[in-house]
Amino acid sequence: MSEQHSTSKFMQNGVVKWIEHRMPIFSFIDHSVGSGYPAPKNLSYWWNFGSLAGLALIIMIVSGIVLAMHYTPHTTLAFNSVERIMRDVNGGWLIRYLHMNGGSFFFFAVFIHIFRGLYFGSYKYPRELLWIIGVLILLAMMATAFMGYVLPWGQMSYWGATVITNLFSAVPWVGDSIVTLLWGGFVVDNPTLNRFFSLHYLMPFVILGLVIVHIWALHTFGSNNPTGVDVKGPQDTIPFHPYFTIKDLYGMGVFLLIFCFFVFFAPNYFGEADNYIPANPLATPPHIVPEWYFLPFYAILRAFTNDFVLYWPISWLMTAKLAGVIAMFGSVILLALVPWLDTSKVRSARFRPVYKWFFWIFVLDWLVLGLVGAHPPEGAWVLIGQISTAYYFAHLLVILPILGVIERPLALPESISASVTQPAE
Amino acid sequence: MSDTASTPPSAEIDEQTRRDFLLVSTATVGAVGTALSLWPFINSLNPAADTLALATTEVNLAPIKEGQSITVVWQGKPVFIRHRTAAEIEQAKKDDAAALPDPAKDADRVKKADWLIMVGVCTHLGCIPLGQKEGEPKGEFGGWFCPCHGSHYDTSGRIRKGPAPQNLHVPSYEFTSDTQVVIG
Repeated sequence: MSEQHSTSKFMQNGVVKWIEHRMPIFSFIDHSVGSGYPAPKNLSYWWNFGSLAGLALIIMIVSGIVLAMHYTPHTTLAFNSVERIMRDVNGGWLIRYLHMNGGSFFFFAVFIHIFRGLYFGSYKYPRELLWIIGVLILLAMMATAFMGYVLPWGQMSYWGATVITNLFSAVPWVGDSIVTLLWGGFVVDNPTLNRFFSLHYLMPFVILGLVIVHIWALHTFGSNNPTGVDVKGPQDTIPFHPYFTIKDLYGMGVFLLIFCFFVFFAPNYFGEADNYIPANPLATPPHIVPEWYFLPFYAILRAFTNDFVLYWPISWLMTAKLAGVIAMFGSVILLALVPWLDTSKVRSARFRPVYKWFFWIFVLDWLVLGLVGAHPPEGAWVLIGQISTAYYFAHLLVILPILGVIERPLALPESISASVTQPAE
Repeated sequence: MSDTASTPPSAEIDEQTRRDFLLVSTATVGAVGTALSLWPFINSLNPAADTLALATTEVNLAPIKEGQSITVVWQGKPVFIRHRTAAEIEQAKKDDAAALPDPAKDADRVKKADWLIMVGVCTHLGCIPLGQKEGEPKGEFGGWFCPCHGSHYDTSGRIRKGPAPQNLHVPSYEFTSDTQVVIG
């Protein structure tokens, strides 16, 4: 393919040849996202969400750089500078709403991308490292989103920052010193706001670096595909360009259409009204809720109380608070271990009749956790939260390892090509 | 390399060991030096001198009637000062014998039984508990209730139910007269 490309009209251009000889950037691009990159020919729309997440990252960086030009990171000025962006800066409302909703859409794309990987076994050999880098990207995104939410210095900003930084006080012995170090004071205050702004500007570029190694690892073995069967030869692939560039572009069109609906018609749908009240360090809002993309993890944090069954076996070792914090971070970090927790050799759930069901129960469990996180910890929500937290860990630590051993997978097709040319038995 | 060297094989091995030692020791010194040079950067994130130099807070207790509470700011944190009623004091003393997650006697948490002075920050995740104002929920034990994650504190500010691990902290304070208290 690349040879064909190197003889193309474009590559014969004098300027292109001059640059290519000194730095082969055009063949690099061709081998990355061009006609020189063969991709499995059966990739479905579930494979669009990687490029959609990449698009969201670019939207966030571009809108964020412009917002930083108008924003003032000081406790007495931050809230008003955001209001100034909304009211006085030319098109400021648009740029801020793009940034606010861009965060939600970034997480939306990444969550679907992750569940795609879980369904089709994209994390299995030889893509374990690719998957681990992906989990690191998720963690970096969570840190970035959390710090960004603090910057407008509204009530939710302030109290979200207080609650989340206080998580670290659960660390034995040095917990309080860590929290003081994070704050740069004895409460969340101006030093905290300043460093969060600095880090919020830095982190997207860390994410960008991680995305580059994520794509590097991806391109070493190429994409997984809906059958989960390895590419056996040229008959199983089509060139990335134009076939998947156009499919990705189509996906981006749909994605941007929905994105624009929220930006223009429901810009505060994902937000909290309380964050339009300036931060008041002496009054906690009656109901602190994180952004929707943190709700399942928040529910896991809150599930750990003294009467939670999962806490009993470790109650001699640590407080319920520390257990909750470890469980919350563990719920993300455990995902990095899924390549080894899942003992099945078969990648795609298409050929795993039992796993297929457990996958959807896991999705449902995750959605229920999100619902629990959105409600105050009262009444039935406490028990529902504890049951769904227990199930989350049971899925990863018990069901995945056992299922791989006892499940009888269906017969795999010989190749991607054979899965369509030969009738299924 | 082989073009220029005519050293016997045994000398080569010695040279290798010597080199390994130098390499490892240089790398170790370098790593330790780099690690130590990180400290000033990390330490710069700790509270600055002006933040540390926060003054103490002085409060006049005279206008606070029995059963009333006020909130003052000390080191940026809210401090709860409650003029307790006789019934609250009695309940707090009675609960010394109750099952407490963070056992403490009421007498050890106050300097004068009438005045309960505590940092008004929930020991779970730092929210400010409700119960200071009239009409706010006081929780199941008649003290304070944290709305964030449902911790209940009693009339001595002790944790009784919910995720908080400790009682509300008691700051260092001193009565300079019957109606004046200095916190910090």
